[in-house]
Amino acid sequence: MSLTVSILAPTCHNDQKASARSRSTVKHGARMKRTDKTQSETELSPAQFAVLLAKVGQERDVDAFETIFRHYGPRVRSFMAMKTRDTQMAEELMQETMMAVWNKATQFDPARGNASAWIFTIARNLRIDAFRRKRPVFDENDPAFVRDDVAPADLELEGRQDAELLRKAMETLPAEQLDVLKRAFFDEASHSAIAEDLGLPLGTVKSRIRLAFDKLRTTLEGKR
Amino acid sequence: MSIQHHISDTLLLDYASGNLSEGWSLAVATHLALCPTCRRRLDAMEGAAGALLDKIVADHPVSGSDWEKMRARIACEPASGVTQRKPEVARAQKAAVPTGVIPEPLRSYLGGDVASLKWRALGRGAFQIRIDTGDPATQVRLLKIPAGKPVPEHTHEGRELTLVLAGSFTDGDDLFARGDLEEADGDLLHTPTATEGEDCICLAVTEAPLKFTSWIVRLIQPILKI
Repeated sequence: MSLTVSILAPTCHNDQKASARSRSTVKHGARMKRTDKTQSETELSPAQFAVLLAKVGQERDVDAFETIFRHYGPRVRSFMAMKTRDTQMAEELMQETMMAVWNKATQFDPARGNASAWIFTIARNLRIDAFRRKRPVFDENDPAFVRDDVAPADLELEGRQDAELLRKAMETLPAEQLDVLKRAFFDEASHSAIAEDLGLPLGTVKSRIRLAFDKLRTTLEGKR
Repeated sequence: MSIQHHISDTLLLDYASGNLSEGWSLAVATHLALCPTCRRRLDAMEGAAGALLDKIVADHPVSGSDWEKMRARIACEPASGVTQRKPEVARAQKAAVPTGVIPEPLRSYLGGDVASLKWRALGRGAFQIRIDTGDPATQVRLLKIPAGKPVPEHTHEGRELTLVLAGSFTDGDDLFARGDLEEADGDLLHTPTATEGEDCICLAVTEAPLKFTSWIVRLIQPILKI
């Protein structure tokens, strides 16, 4: 499924070395980068991307951002192209998304955050804006907002574990359930559109969605 | 009392994927403001979406010039981005007890909390406020049902979301109190009735019924085929 990653990674390293040499500024960042590089021979883990994103936010680390850009840029572009069916628009929305990642990285909390989920929400929101639609959201700082009574320390532990657990759990989902989730997230297809495309009753599509999230929830809850 | 009736997986997925129109999203987002459980479920769904994003087979990788272009753009950005992280602000306020009846995002749509609302009589002691959204596919209203009375005008086709903000209502054997969300579809015959003792204030989102649209829209409907 993720063949491109292994192809992408070596290119990514060479370029980083070159750019690290040309800019002698961020010394501490460069040392950290080497650790990342050895581990990224195959693929960076969600935890490593969270660390990189935090470095972008806290240190404005251009090297860390380059690694994120090279990994997520092409993925966000493909994500955008699925809905827009327009290469130029997909390219522009990818650029906007990655600019927003750079600008908003200060708001990313590495202890609780999941980098790929965070980047997905930015891409999703820009796609909604591009189609001039509105998606009301809650406000954490609203006095009427009801906070979670779970201790912040527990949430941090959760955040760190969840990204990796989710990724593994997704790999165990039956193909038919994964397919429905992909269509919902990437094509922005309604359940009835998915049912029509697949030639299935609406109830079957809905039950696949429920089964998929039951499985993911069981995995997340089982860890504690 | 904790929330008993939550957002269904299918509805929450629509919201998580950005596939839910404004009217329905308003009810979902307002429930989320009151329900930490559903916010965690939303986090899990967005996490699943992130994992799928990681697995997308990209059409073509980023080229050297793509990166140079992006690097040039970020170099032009003012460095003002490095400020205190938002989550810490949120955590500092953690101990605060929630105040107010109507949370965001609904409060902004209404222009204020319950004390400042201008209700319109709906008959039989009930009141309503029509809420304007940019979403022509839904009708969004805040309803105030007198204690012990049934919800009036309760004939609808298609989906209906009802979110309780104050008081409670019963529907069959189920009790819906503050924060509870009822999802009903057109097939379900139901008679929600406000519980004795307190008026029930709830947000009701339904598919826009043609009979409620203005005469101008009715006139042009056949032409536009909407």
